[in-house]
Amino acid sequence: MPIHDQGYRRYGGKRAPHGRAWWIIARTHMFAALKFKSFIILLLASWLPFVARGVQIYLSSSFQQVAMLAATAQTFRDFLDQQGLFVFLVTIALGGAIADDRRANALQLYLSKPLTRTEYIIGRLAPVLACLLGVTFLPAILLLLLQVAFSGSTAFLSQNVFLVPAITLVSLTQSLLSACTILALSSLSKSRRFVSVMYAGIIFFTAAMYQVLRAITGSRAWAAISPGDMMDVVADAVFRIRSTPPVPVFVAALVIAVLIAVSIWILERKVRPVEIVA
Amino acid sequence: MTSVVELESVNVRYAKNWALRDVTASFPSGAVGLLGPNGAGKSTLIKSVLGLVAPERGQMRVLGLDVSRSPLQIRSRIGYMPESDAHFPQMNAVSFVAYCGELSGLPRADAMQRAHEVLYYVGLGEARYRTIDQYSTGMKQRIKLAQALVHDPDLLFLDEPTNGMDPKGRDEMLELIRDIAHNKGLNLILSSHLLPDVEFACDHVVVMDKGTIATAGPIEGLKGPGGRVFEMRIKGDSDRFVGVLRSAGLECHATDEDIMRVFVPDDRGAPFLFQLASQEQVQVRHLRASVPTLEDVFAKAVGEK
Repeated sequence: MPIHDQGYRRYGGKRAPHGRAWWIIARTHMFAALKFKSFIILLLASWLPFVARGVQIYLSSSFQQVAMLAATAQTFRDFLDQQGLFVFLVTIALGGAIADDRRANALQLYLSKPLTRTEYIIGRLAPVLACLLGVTFLPAILLLLLQVAFSGSTAFLSQNVFLVPAITLVSLTQSLLSACTILALSSLSKSRRFVSVMYAGIIFFTAAMYQVLRAITGSRAWAAISPGDMMDVVADAVFRIRSTPPVPVFVAALVIAVLIAVSIWILERKVRPVEIVA
Repeated sequence: MTSVVELESVNVRYAKNWALRDVTASFPSGAVGLLGPNGAGKSTLIKSVLGLVAPERGQMRVLGLDVSRSPLQIRSRIGYMPESDAHFPQMNAVSFVAYCGELSGLPRADAMQRAHEVLYYVGLGEARYRTIDQYSTGMKQRIKLAQALVHDPDLLFLDEPTNGMDPKGRDEMLELIRDIAHNKGLNLILSSHLLPDVEFACDHVVVMDKGTIATAGPIEGLKGPGGRVFEMRIKGDSDRFVGVLRSAGLECHATDEDIMRVFVPDDRGAPFLFQLASQEQVQVRHLRASVPTLEDVFAKAVGEK
């Protein structure tokens, strides 16, 4: 009798119920991304603004001479705005997953397993969303906690209690918009590089077009074509920042909702095991 | 004999083209070959049964479960080896197969253990830590088989499993498939346009042509008793002679190298063929009783000349 039978054996063990495949996909995607040193460095770098803001809060809480640095609602709004660069880079770094799967014909493998298309999409969306929340929501909330810890009182928090839902809402909206957009683009191509270029194009080209059209027509309403500017309008409103938005808040919210909806529609159309060319 | 797959009036359309037309078929347990020329609808049939392609009309049952109602339960009990290259990028073989096992419902530790075992079984034991991107075509075929086997399915769908393999690799793959079906107790449906592959590995065959079922049954039964097929080569007007054979009630189709295979449906045998040749004044250069092959079944079924 061989010490270890290397032939095929029937399996008599347990099988997991359906519905957990999204977690397996998400976990594997996450670990695969973390194998790249450059991605880990990016994640670490994305927390440098948090360190800087933490020092600012510490100094303003500890030394009266620099009280002008004390945190306000604007501080947290500005922090999330600064994190926009890292949101962009992390989105680009993680966003090509479906394109990779399409290039390797992996979709038909995934969808021949006991999982639904929705589970697959959630499995691909979850790591992007988790990392984006990790560079927006998590440091912003920790900054709020640092503020409480360094000041030794909850006075700031009780005066600005809206900051918790504001940080949550803005971080979630920004992350969901970025993640859905990049995954939708990813489902349209077999090239990760092309997806990155398209995404950068959507972000920067639309912003540039807005500025050009604004200069030509004098109307700020053209901001509606720029997702970044629409996100700023919504964020300012949520953080109660006094400003003159180029379009009403509900228009900005509508543009963001439409972008997310279109992204989901594209994913629903393109994430299929068999590509049918009419 | 129980059926593992049953189809009833299944119609599938890609845009304006019908890929399956009113297909009604039953695949018995064991090893079944799904045979047909390229474009016959074999892959579409498999994808429909897997729930990857939705039929316009018709009902399908796999392992007693309705495809439209229980696709996930069905997919957890079947393994699918696709025709085209397919893998998960940037993974080594053992991670890839274990990942497939997990996706199919195995616990993580069991999936990893079975991944190692299955990779040894398909002959990739020594190469299991290499990334799949570095694999040769033959190795990619083997890894596709491994990922289909890892969760120990009750039914395997193998879509052109020997595509792109060298003769030695092809023989080894066919041996594996035969072993899976005949010694390991798995049911399998082998889709191929290569008749020898199906004949070697399978007991039953379903022949498809132009989106329909041309014929189906046990291979031995379809081939019929031996001694009624003759290989024949003549000198003369072969087209006219084929016409004569057909008008005499014999079936005939040409193969490579000017050899025609003639089906004599009764006991008239070789003397009758000589008699016809003599009447038509053609020389018989070669005449040999032959064993009916799956190629004959296929040729008869799809009406090749």
